[in-house]
Amino acid sequence: MIPLTYMMSLSAIIFAIGVAGVIIRRNILVMFMSIELMLNAVNLAFIAIGSRLGSMDGQVIVFFVMTVAAAEAAVGLGIIISIFRNRETVHADDLTLMRW
Amino acid sequence: MPPFLFIFLGALAIVSALGVIVQRNPIHSLLALIATLMTVAILFIGEDAVVVGFLQIIVYAGAIMVLFLFVIWLLNLQVETGPTGHLALKLFGSLAAALLATELFFILAPPHLRVKFTREPVGYGSLASLAGKLFTDYLVAFEVASVLLLAAVVGSVALARRLPGTDDPRAARKVAS
Repeated sequence: MIPLTYMMSLSAIIFAIGVAGVIIRRNILVMFMSIELMLNAVNLAFIAIGSRLGSMDGQVIVFFVMTVAAAEAAVGLGIIISIFRNRETVHADDLTLMRW
Repeated sequence: MPPFLFIFLGALAIVSALGVIVQRNPIHSLLALIATLMTVAILFIGEDAVVVGFLQIIVYAGAIMVLFLFVIWLLNLQVETGPTGHLALKLFGSLAAALLATELFFILAPPHLRVKFTREPVGYGSLASLAGKLFTDYLVAFEVASVLLLAAVVGSVALARRLPGTDDPRAARKVAS
């Protein structure tokens, strides 16, 4: 079996790439994809630790994370379509109505 | 899973995850994201989570990514032209992400994380064991998840709906103002 350190490092790197995507990119859709990336990194950590503990709880939690991600994608994309219809943009810097 | 396979899949996952955030065309970002999800699904299967791995391919790489694809088509997004942000922001973002990765490594990697290794029971990761757990210990969470999905469906339809009598939102705004 692969050492746990390697799996957790991979998970940490993918999570950090997702964080970097949210910070750097200004396209709302790509920011959204970066969030999916972070969710997946966490799922990977759950699966890795769960299989080493011999417990199914990690896999059940991953199942729920996928459910929440599906709901989040549906609502988020609905919001993006609504924003695009009203403002004709998907650029986060153009949406300044609620900026202080 | 043999070590060389893990190294190959891990490198593939990291490269395609980087592809998500460096591509300028949203479609290419999406393709890179699908590659990442598939790679992570194979890693799941390698970690004896067979059912969850296949669910990842079907639900994530199948359904959710098609939703993204439809939205990109619907909005008719093109390649971004011009600068995509400040250079300082990019530097800061990369630095912050690198620091975060280091920090996570030190927190999550053993021996700081004390994991008592246990041999997996027979049938670990099978559909029967997943369903057994889901419908006994996590039954309430399962029911709540169904309500969550229903609320998300209703909410997304309500959000993306065009209000009656406003065919062109710009014209509607002009009338309103």
